[in-house]
Amino acid sequence: MNVQISRQLHPVSPAGARALVRIVIVGHVDHGKSTLIGRLLHEVEGLPDGKLDALKAVSARRGMPFEWSFLLDALQTERDQGITIDTSQIRLRTPARDIVLIDAPGHAEFLRNMITGAAQADAAVLLVDATEGVRDQTRRHGYLLHLLGVRQVMVVINKMDRVAFDAGKFREIETEIAAQLAGLGLTPSAIIPISARNGDGVARHTSSTAWYRGPTVLAALDAFVPARPPHDLATRLPVQAVYKFDDRRIIAGRVASGRIRVGDDVLIMPAGKPACIKSIEAWPERETSQTPRVAIAGQSVGITLDRDIFVERGDVVCASTSPAASARRLRARVFWLHQRPLAVGGHITVRIGTAESTAVVAAIEDAVDPGLLASDGAEVIAQNHVGEIELALSRPIAIDPYTADPNTGRIVLEFEGRIAGGGLVLTAQAAVLDTTSGPRPGKVASTARASRTGVNSDELRAKASALAQVFASLSPAERIAHLRREVAGKIVFTTSFGLEDQVILHLLSERTDDIAVVTLDTGRLFPETYALWAQTERRYGVRIRALHPRHGDLETLVERDGINGFYDSRAARLACCTVRKVEPLERALAGARGWIAGLRAEQSAHRQDMALVTAEAERGLIKLNPLFDWTREELLAFVSSNDLPVNSLHAQGFASIGCAPCTRAIAPDEPERAGRWWWEEESKKECGLHSHRP
Amino acid sequence: MRVDIKKETAIASGQRSAAGPVEATQSDRLDELESQSIFILREAFARLKRIAILWSLGKDSNVMIWLARKAFFGRVPCPAMHVDTGKKFPEMYAFRDRYAKEWQLDLLVEPCPPIDAIDPTLPPAARSAARKTEGLKLALAKHGFDGLVAGIRRDEEATRAKERVFSPRGAEGLWDVHDQPPEFWNHFNASPPPGAHLRVHPILHWTESDIWAYTKREGIPIIPLYLARDGKRYRSLGDADITFPVESNAGTIDEIIAELAATRIPERAGRAMDHESEDAFERLRKAGYL
Repeated sequence: MNVQISRQLHPVSPAGARALVRIVIVGHVDHGKSTLIGRLLHEVEGLPDGKLDALKAVSARRGMPFEWSFLLDALQTERDQGITIDTSQIRLRTPARDIVLIDAPGHAEFLRNMITGAAQADAAVLLVDATEGVRDQTRRHGYLLHLLGVRQVMVVINKMDRVAFDAGKFREIETEIAAQLAGLGLTPSAIIPISARNGDGVARHTSSTAWYRGPTVLAALDAFVPARPPHDLATRLPVQAVYKFDDRRIIAGRVASGRIRVGDDVLIMPAGKPACIKSIEAWPERETSQTPRVAIAGQSVGITLDRDIFVERGDVVCASTSPAASARRLRARVFWLHQRPLAVGGHITVRIGTAESTAVVAAIEDAVDPGLLASDGAEVIAQNHVGEIELALSRPIAIDPYTADPNTGRIVLEFEGRIAGGGLVLTAQAAVLDTTSGPRPGKVASTARASRTGVNSDELRAKASALAQVFASLSPAERIAHLRREVAGKIVFTTSFGLEDQVILHLLSERTDDIAVVTLDTGRLFPETYALWAQTERRYGVRIRALHPRHGDLETLVERDGINGFYDSRAARLACCTVRKVEPLERALAGARGWIAGLRAEQSAHRQDMALVTAEAERGLIKLNPLFDWTREELLAFVSSNDLPVNSLHAQGFASIGCAPCTRAIAPDEPERAGRWWWEEESKKECGLHSHRP
Repeated sequence: MRVDIKKETAIASGQRSAAGPVEATQSDRLDELESQSIFILREAFARLKRIAILWSLGKDSNVMIWLARKAFFGRVPCPAMHVDTGKKFPEMYAFRDRYAKEWQLDLLVEPCPPIDAIDPTLPPAARSAARKTEGLKLALAKHGFDGLVAGIRRDEEATRAKERVFSPRGAEGLWDVHDQPPEFWNHFNASPPPGAHLRVHPILHWTESDIWAYTKREGIPIIPLYLARDGKRYRSLGDADITFPVESNAGTIDEIIAELAATRIPERAGRAMDHESEDAFERLRKAGYL
């Protein structure tokens, strides 16, 4: 509905030129919320032509005296039953403000709708019926205003005409509600006696309340100010998405706190990756001198970074000097709206900013009905009640406590796909695993491993075994997707262009996120393998990154053992593998938190010790073999149905193909890896790439 | 036929710092509206699988398309769908064809079923308008969208004022107004059950005046029917046979804004289907109308 006030009352200024304040009217059912709104609109002459007559007709049709509440209670059921079911909004102009009045239902049953309305408000009017005093919904709404972060509150004691404008009665309620709010850390800006139906105290005082000295409702409304986005807090930009519509890689999101400046050093949490803001992107494009250099809290922006790092939805771009915590556990004070009580051990989804994680309720304390102030007993929070909970998240999330940032320190709880609660983060506990990433020294092998002692191997193993349970029932594509969701930071897929590798590469080609594809060129591969490499790059339109042996190490090795020295002893063979494959692999995995490889269980007796998911504690990463439980038949079926390019040597009896001097064809009845290092004992046939170190 | 489309001069938002304090406040407010809408559009695109923006060619959905271009840096990454009753004004079709091309939109035009197929118990204009609801259902089934982005605003009409930003619709497209999910702190319910879909409302928080102030600031083209000719103009555009002009002398966007600040005539006064009975519009909306 289009509600405007006439020129005569207040001078018209351009739309938007006055402060806009959103004010929610809350309180117990039937205490007169909708009536107060109707009266306010009437007082500022804010009703559109014909609306008053229409409301009179609607009231008469239902055999009721004139009913202001029908203005906002637009739904037929609301009018028939005389209750507000859902929240609504209406605009009005006061002398100083443009106001959005938010009507919120008073019934306990519709508390979710009250919260939906009140959460949008800068300020609140808490209404109390003078004949009834403070009731359970009065207390509940007061408590929720506190949890919703609405700090500006005025109290209106309505229906004073029904208590003959008795000052004593007013003082009694005033004292009770003031004490109530003080307990929640709220100080009302005014406590006003009114009769919404007759108009006393709404726009002007009448002789009936001559004993009252404070402001009218309208004057008190004008004293409210719009809540401002927190420009002065530490920078937080929760990432909504990363767009690659053209050659730019734009990180899109809305600045939650602080400001983003071109040239700022930032940390991408929870992974803790450092970067620098390269640009702020805008459309329509402007000349270079006009491009934005800074964006402040509240603004939706797109930025680019100075380096190519993996960033995804749910990450938070933080000021490098005071980043958010990377947390796996948090405590929060929450309200719960779902019919099924929230219980310890329950599984829910937690949303913070744009991040989401599944979570288990680890503990519940102080559960209470804020209306009756009655305790729920242990370990559950019933519908429309509040309590303190501890949550164990399944993945690390960037989190601030509410006290540090009221904007980002809030969580929303989702149950069965529907928002079911929310609250304030009291504390967040750091995640051990994911705070250690960031640039690693360029040194590899043993020194590099020693430098990674920050990774907690117990936690890594716990994570791997948790993932293994989930992965068991998933397809290879789902396993990869799940790994990407669960592992923050770089994930590397190493390919040697085997059948398994071709399948995985095909699955990766159907994804848009960045999982790095790397191959190790030992320098001794078959010509057919190089041909397949080139053919594969053409098919998928990619360049596969190759890592080669360090030339110094290689020259030393060949000088010491000879060009084919690996045939002479197992030690010489392992030395060759180390220089040509293992050391380049370490470089390929430097800084990675996840590794995807193509091992299958049935490939070798020894490889059966390997698993679908393993914790590589020394490398500080989780390793996934997505095809681990596939049979050779399944593998071949996938290859043929997707017409994947394969090594032409397979047709000549080669099964597992490595370096040319060390791979031979096998007979049909030989095990798959019998053609690798065929002169060595079966159980020792690993190059060291996939073996666990002692 | 040649249709002249009015294009007001844009004021680059980057220049606003030079303006006085009153002007700056207005621009701040438009920036705030814009940022919130962009946030909503990006959430819809990130969280839903297949969305379409409903382009009714009116002032509101033109602003919405413009906001989508801003949100995604010039390229609207989902279809713009016009559910066409076949009874729009010729100026509207000319506008659609010109700007679908100029803005490089992935335009889908979906037809509506004939009037005979519509609930005969509805009042005549509402029945006519309900064709669009049915056309929408057919288009949903055809394309399998799980999200439809619609340019409705709270200040247009009292049941729209009760809408969520992400508003779930049942399998039949029905709006269950008695069981709307909670929605707060810019967290949206984005998991429609199978067969259901979400209506996403990125400009729910805008007013009619905001739309015009933003249209002017950004230089968004408009259909000339909105500007007064011979003492009348259209405030809201729909089907040509059930939409009527209001008395007005506002021949420019500035004059429209000044007119809105003084008028007490509701925006949808010229839309016949809203006024046939007390619950006509609620019935339309519960059945899936926008």
